[in-house]
Amino acid sequence: MFDFRRARRFNLPARFFFLLVAALPLGGCLRHEPPADLTLINKGEPESLDPQIITGQAEMRIVEGLFEGLMRLDPKTARAIPGLAERYEVSPDGKNYTFHLRTNLVWSTGEPIRAEDVVYSWRRALDPATASEYAGQLYYIKNGEEYNTGKITDAARVGVQAPDPFTVRVELNHPTAFFPDLCAFPTLYVVPRRTIEKYGDGWIMAHPLPSSGPYELVYWRLNDRVRLRKNPRYWDAANTRSAVIDVLPFNSASTALNLYEQGRADIVWDKELVPAELLDVLLRRPDFHTFNYLGTVFLRFNVTHQPFDDERVRRALGMAVDRERIVKKITRSGEPATTSLVPAGTANYDPVPGLAYNPAAAAKLLAEAGYPGGRGFPRFSTLVYGIKLNEDIAVELQQMWRDNLGITMELRPLEWKVYLSTENHMDYDVSLSDWIGDYNDAQTFLGMFTSGDGNNHTGWKNPGYDGLIRAAGEQADLAAREQTFQRAETLLVHDAAPIVPIYNYVGVNYYDPTRIHGIYANVLDDHPLRAIQKTLPPP
Amino acid sequence: MYFLRRILFAIPLLLVISALAFALVHLAPGGPFDRQRIPASPEIERHLLAKYHLDEPVWKQYLEFLRDLGHGNFGVSMKYRDHSVNDLIAQGLPVSLTLGALAFGFALATGLPLGFFAAAQRGRWPDRVGSLLALLAVCVPGFVIAPVLIIVFAVKLKWLPVALWESPWHLILPTIALGLYFSGQVARLMREGMLSAMQSEFITAARAKGLGENELLFKHAFRIAVLPVVSYAGPMLADLLTGSFIIENIFQLPGLGVFLVNSSLNRDYPVVVGLSLLYAILLIGLNLIVDFAYTLLDPRVKYE
Repeated sequence: MFDFRRARRFNLPARFFFLLVAALPLGGCLRHEPPADLTLINKGEPESLDPQIITGQAEMRIVEGLFEGLMRLDPKTARAIPGLAERYEVSPDGKNYTFHLRTNLVWSTGEPIRAEDVVYSWRRALDPATASEYAGQLYYIKNGEEYNTGKITDAARVGVQAPDPFTVRVELNHPTAFFPDLCAFPTLYVVPRRTIEKYGDGWIMAHPLPSSGPYELVYWRLNDRVRLRKNPRYWDAANTRSAVIDVLPFNSASTALNLYEQGRADIVWDKELVPAELLDVLLRRPDFHTFNYLGTVFLRFNVTHQPFDDERVRRALGMAVDRERIVKKITRSGEPATTSLVPAGTANYDPVPGLAYNPAAAAKLLAEAGYPGGRGFPRFSTLVYGIKLNEDIAVELQQMWRDNLGITMELRPLEWKVYLSTENHMDYDVSLSDWIGDYNDAQTFLGMFTSGDGNNHTGWKNPGYDGLIRAAGEQADLAAREQTFQRAETLLVHDAAPIVPIYNYVGVNYYDPTRIHGIYANVLDDHPLRAIQKTLPPP
Repeated sequence: MYFLRRILFAIPLLLVISALAFALVHLAPGGPFDRQRIPASPEIERHLLAKYHLDEPVWKQYLEFLRDLGHGNFGVSMKYRDHSVNDLIAQGLPVSLTLGALAFGFALATGLPLGFFAAAQRGRWPDRVGSLLALLAVCVPGFVIAPVLIIVFAVKLKWLPVALWESPWHLILPTIALGLYFSGQVARLMREGMLSAMQSEFITAARAKGLGENELLFKHAFRIAVLPVVSYAGPMLADLLTGSFIIENIFQLPGLGVFLVNSSLNRDYPVVVGLSLLYAILLIGLNLIVDFAYTLLDPRVKYE
């Protein structure tokens, strides 16, 4: 029926379409570059690389390579060690710090880094015009909060001064045991004043970009990669292990795993980039590493809603939660079940136990509160951020509360932004929440449940608790401070129970430990790029 | 004249679309700066809102948006604070355009012949097989096709890369994964078009005049049969060119599709509005081209 010879010379009108296709800009899209020495897969596209703007871990991992603070983190312990400052002194009352800068500091573009740059960077973080979401990290500094909130407008009154080019003096409101750790936090990194003043908000895209850290930015292509190259002018460049690093922003776990399996990526470091269906199999492999870090999943009760205003009800619900079942059946990555909010392993702190699983006592307590066998208990709902893992946990809770207490809970899964806004406006009964420590100290967990703290979201106000947290903040003696925090935590997770801790997060990353060196498990899940190195397999 | 009028009419249409997109995304609960960590002081949030003019009434924000738009400026992303919307488009659009154009080409290059031959062999086994293939291509979604292609051609056979945007080899699997659905649609439209064209009177007349079957099929029936495909091509191309969230995610491609979806989840207002407008412009422009193509293909169609 068909004559292909004739078909070939036929003047197809469809040629129009092929012309259209050919007319579309096909060029300029494919890039050829030498491969990087080390390829990392990070979770998601970085929102920003501006140290004073970023808030997330994926961003911090890159920025930690580009910029540095007075202190930096030790790759093994994640504790602060000297960075741009070579040493510091603390006054006996713990409120005054004097940092001595190294004398050989230069930006990657060659200009010197001086104490004035530190002062500028910290003031920039606090400047209302910068709109830094983490400006609160500098509220420990005298007049930091006042300047940021507009109570004072003179930046010179903020308690950070540069009496000479190599000295930074810091005055704090209270003795703050973790201040050196804060000095290694991105919001307090040192950034290039001249570039920022010249380019304004998009300064990070300036080329060349002066960096104060072990790497400089070669380019940043959205949803493609961030390429970093060793900064030869970094003060400790001799110990920077890899010359060129690519950081790829991934959203798909199976793609990350495929790329890794093909040897095109060396390190994948986010639990969300492990395909959940394969978790059981993968976690048994030697190149999959789990580690504990400072994150806790817990329930919030809205104590302004009945019947959760009654602490007996809250405690009863807490005692009816079988945490072991949740970590064994649902999360399955070796998460430690916990009854305390502060994770084990937090510096200078030993967490106190909260409400253990005890269904009989829970039922008894609920009866005392006026709901024997759950009778008369109103239907209520649990707010969850609607991803499968969270919904599975909530279904498990639903069953435990029904079986142990005879009460009925409904799930309320919401999209992320709606979830946040609902929890924030306290339009919920119970909420499945989590918290990841900003720094290695009990304060980052316990501080948020003081009355009226922006992250409290429970409506729980307890003057005794507030007093304990305030007292701990002013105690310079670490042992006394720990005891004060422990009394506060007992109140929080055992006596009043506006929250019920469930388990601690574990992190998962994967890389071949025989070839990748310099990644150490630590509680902050922080792995400075400068320490990471790939060795080639023997020929 | 007709096309000039259409172009002029597109301007108020785009304004309405931008206003709707603006209003809808602002109505959605939550905002770009809602985060799990509430800043240490409510002042911090106020600074943020002030910086991005979110503390002003929505109508005023819209007017400011229009003023910027007049200067060809879509605004600054509130999620990716170092980038403007123009920057996101400038980086993502070439990738999406390339991939979309390739997938479009693939869809036509496979769909048209498949539909054509199926219709020509109507009722026989090539028709059955062709129709089944087309149906499969339409029914199996991209998030199934893409992983299957990756597993077979990248993971098992190792012929092609699994992901990323680097060499021409990297484009093959995403092109197929993205184009297959459209290929099936084109084949089905083409087959139907051929069947109805073959039954029309002018074909009977041509046959009566003694034209050969091949000439009938290729020269006369094809021109009419391809018209439904042409109408479909406009929206299809707009869909393809703005990128696919699923395909870009699975193959980790730096296109616009990921932004198109994530910007609404992130309540990144300027990006949502900017990309909606871009999509609308493409859709209107391509439909215009389609209508123009009609006049070339079908002598019966004339616009006043």
